Amino acid sequence: MTLTELAGVRSHVVGRVEDVPPGEGRAFVAGGVQVAVFRLRDGSLHATQAACPHAGGPLADGQTDVDVLVCPLHLYAYRWSDGASTSGAAPIRTYPVRDVDGDLVVEIPASVG
Amino acid sequence: MGAPPEVVSPGTVLGGRPAGLETLHLADDDTDARARLVVVGNGMAGARLVEEVLERDGGEQVRITVFGDEPHGNYNRIMLSPVLAGESHEDDIVLNSHDWYADNGVTLRAGVRVERIDTAAKQVHGDDGSITPYDHLVLATGSYSFVPPMAGVHREDGGLLPGVFGFRTIDETRAMLEAAGRCRKAVVLGGGLLGLEAARALQGHGLRVDLVHAMPWLMNVQLDAEAGAILKRSVEALGITVHCDVLATEVLGSGHVEGVVLKDGRRLDCDLLVVAAGVRPSTDLAVRSGLEVERGIVVDDQLRTDDPDVYAIGECAQHRGQVYGLVAPAWEHATVLADVLTGTDPDAAYHGSRTATKLKVAGVDVATMGITAPERDEDEFLVISEPRRGVHLSVVIRDDRLVGATLLGDTRKVAYLTQAFDRGSPLPEERIRLLVDLSDGKAEVGVADMPGDSQVCNCNGVTKQTLCDTVKDGCTSVGAVMDRTRAGKGCGSCKSLVQQIVEWAADGDVTEDESASWYVPGVPLAKPELMAAIRERDLRSVSAVFAALAPGGKEDAKSKMGLTSLLRMMWGDDFADERDGRFINDRVHANIQRDGTFSVVPQIKGGVTTPAQLRRIADVAEKYEVPMVKITGGQRIDLLGVRKEDLPAVWDDLGMPSGYAYGKSFRTVKTCVGSDFCRFGLGDSTALGVALETRFQGIESPAKLKLGVVGCPRNCAEAYVKDVGVVAVGNGRWEVYVGGAAGASVRKGDLLATVGSLEEVLTVVGRFIQYYRENANWLERTYDFVPRVGLQRLQHVLLEDGEGIVADLDAGIQRSIDAYTDPWGQDGGRPATPGQFRPSLPLVDLPKVPVR
Repeated sequence: MTLTELAGVRSHVVGRVEDVPPGEGRAFVAGGVQVAVFRLRDGSLHATQAACPHAGGPLADGQTDVDVLVCPLHLYAYRWSDGASTSGAAPIRTYPVRDVDGDLVVEIPASVG
Repeated sequence: MGAPPEVVSPGTVLGGRPAGLETLHLADDDTDARARLVVVGNGMAGARLVEEVLERDGGEQVRITVFGDEPHGNYNRIMLSPVLAGESHEDDIVLNSHDWYADNGVTLRAGVRVERIDTAAKQVHGDDGSITPYDHLVLATGSYSFVPPMAGVHREDGGLLPGVFGFRTIDETRAMLEAAGRCRKAVVLGGGLLGLEAARALQGHGLRVDLVHAMPWLMNVQLDAEAGAILKRSVEALGITVHCDVLATEVLGSGHVEGVVLKDGRRLDCDLLVVAAGVRPSTDLAVRSGLEVERGIVVDDQLRTDDPDVYAIGECAQHRGQVYGLVAPAWEHATVLADVLTGTDPDAAYHGSRTATKLKVAGVDVATMGITAPERDEDEFLVISEPRRGVHLSVVIRDDRLVGATLLGDTRKVAYLTQAFDRGSPLPEERIRLLVDLSDGKAEVGVADMPGDSQVCNCNGVTKQTLCDTVKDGCTSVGAVMDRTRAGKGCGSCKSLVQQIVEWAADGDVTEDESASWYVPGVPLAKPELMAAIRERDLRSVSAVFAALAPGGKEDAKSKMGLTSLLRMMWGDDFADERDGRFINDRVHANIQRDGTFSVVPQIKGGVTTPAQLRRIADVAEKYEVPMVKITGGQRIDLLGVRKEDLPAVWDDLGMPSGYAYGKSFRTVKTCVGSDFCRFGLGDSTALGVALETRFQGIESPAKLKLGVVGCPRNCAEAYVKDVGVVAVGNGRWEVYVGGAAGASVRKGDLLATVGSLEEVLTVVGRFIQYYRENANWLERTYDFVPRVGLQRLQHVLLEDGEGIVADLDAGIQRSIDAYTDPWGQDGGRPATPGQFRPSLPLVDLPKVPVR
């Protein structure tokens, strides 16, 4: 599903916006990299690594608000803005994601995956 | 026998500077734009005020001059007793030396007595002829020893007869120490704190001591008669002779004291007489200067006298009719006044102190707070008296709040009681727990005695030391410490212990967590107000609640689950469900496991199953390669390690309803064999268990509900330790217990009611569950809820309809019962949202979750 390659970043269409219900997350594979994509209640899109760095929890099953994502296993929270944990865990990796005519497009740096 | 005291020549200045060094007194500098703050009195209150002002960077706004009657720096007057006893050296009690004043730019006029204040000219006149102008004047003149009228106690020049001492200053203490070496027999007048300490100290120096107390029992201000009598026995056991309820009328001796005569005619010989018969506020200066004085210098809530630029703090001040003789109120005065004077908080106000003291008197531990005896008919009064051990404990309770406590000889409970007294926090239903630890596994006190490396939060491995260090680093609210350390963030059962340790480590200086009372962290309302607001504004979805009630309308991830539960309880079928408001377990009706798989627990009502059900479960386990099949503690069968995408098919193949093993909801009813087969069974516990589970299945609640029914008091299904437990007691009667637990906390439930039929059991249990749903905090288990509310109140509300809400409760639970649908049947056929059962992990090979 790779579309373009630009300056070491690959864009991948992983699915449709409506595949992700409002406020929830779903897991996808983008160029061999597993990502969790979230559609918040304010309409914004976010993508992160799929597994929690603390104990491998499925972040796509977490709960969200406009500031943070909360892992379902031990409730560690991570900020969307920079991936940093608000409760002392290692940070998570975030990826740019956008809505292109209803397609979810995730950008993965070539260095990942 | 104490070690011989080190005699210091009376001229030594305590906290003084080495000879040759002179403090440079700068002339009043008119170019200095700073306001002039003059403090009269260099004792505990005055010096503390100076410290508080400096701490608020007040040195940039005011230049400070302190007048001290005594030539010394500032010393800890409380510690004079150990100095007299030879246990502390006088250098150890210096708080602020002369150097400290110089280093901080504070002018100390030690040894200068202020004779008069000219409030019109705003000047103070010293006895050295100096005149010092002020902008703000603070009187911290403290108090002086009261010498009761006795013939012969004074010399002609007005001074005390040689050999007679007050016990108030370091100079008096030094003189007594010096005399103690020469004297053989002492009389101490006054059986209060100071008198007892003086008696004990002098006795330690080898003197024979008689203690004369004018009141009927010792420490009559702090103790009741019984406790005073026990203290007398303890003091006499030390070898001190105590005479109560008698006045000394005459002091004998012409050049030096030789004895005292008591009112009953007895004569006590002595060559040392200590007068410790109480203190009086030093108000002479204020009176001379025309300020309003009653018992003390009258001040308002900002410690201001009737002259707007003159303040009074400490023992010389009278606030709302109260004069305090303790250091804690003086320090509170200093804090408030420093806020006012420096403008840190111009509206700071002092509202009086609730005084609690803990001390060691003559080797006996004493702690007192509030009143000592009941004052009104409804006051509860609990006394434990063990004269033989020298222990006397009492508490006074009014309107379910602790209003007084006296602990003599055993002060282990003091931290706990002080909290209850200061906070007005809820008291245990069994009042005796206020005074004694009953061994039920509850860690209530003993926080101070816990070793630092003992683990407090077993979920996150947090030790007491870590909590204390976090407090020391500046986290002073319980919530902040929990956030930082993650203590109490696991199962939550250690929260109250964490709170106690934080309070202990902060030494009472705990910042109240406003948010502690909120139902969820993201909406600043307690549950009753939140529910009222939701009803009033007709808010039916989680996002509507955030939009209307959260600060800035902002949603909060960690509040969503609690709000979902609350709204579902309140609105039933009319709740506007938003799937992102649910925790993952509630989105897919299964319990998430450490590796991202789920556990599936079908409903097995009352733990009664059939061969057909077992066969189906076995088939499903094989078909979906379920890694583990486990019998649960709730008498059900758990299929662990089911893949999310397999869930709908698993449910379909099982053909059984959900057992709700994942929700904050009614879970299960554990039963014993009951009367059908068991030869001891008194009631049909299995049938009742099945009926309970049928009626309350799937009902969401603030935290999980686990029930049990047993057919006789042998309690084979552990009903006594369930959230709700029902016990058959014969003749068709059933006992209903609530608030039991056998998890991280262990608690036997409280007997709510004994009823005569299965229908009544269902009614009472339904009412309790609904009351719990409407009133418990989010995630508050019944074992916390029941003691918080109190069994009596529950009985009053649920059985006697004392609040007239029983009909509403019955209707509320019925509405939820009617709204029940099996989630497995509901979402199994067609997913509720796109990708509801889509796997979240692992889609590609990932590093395995480490297995312990």
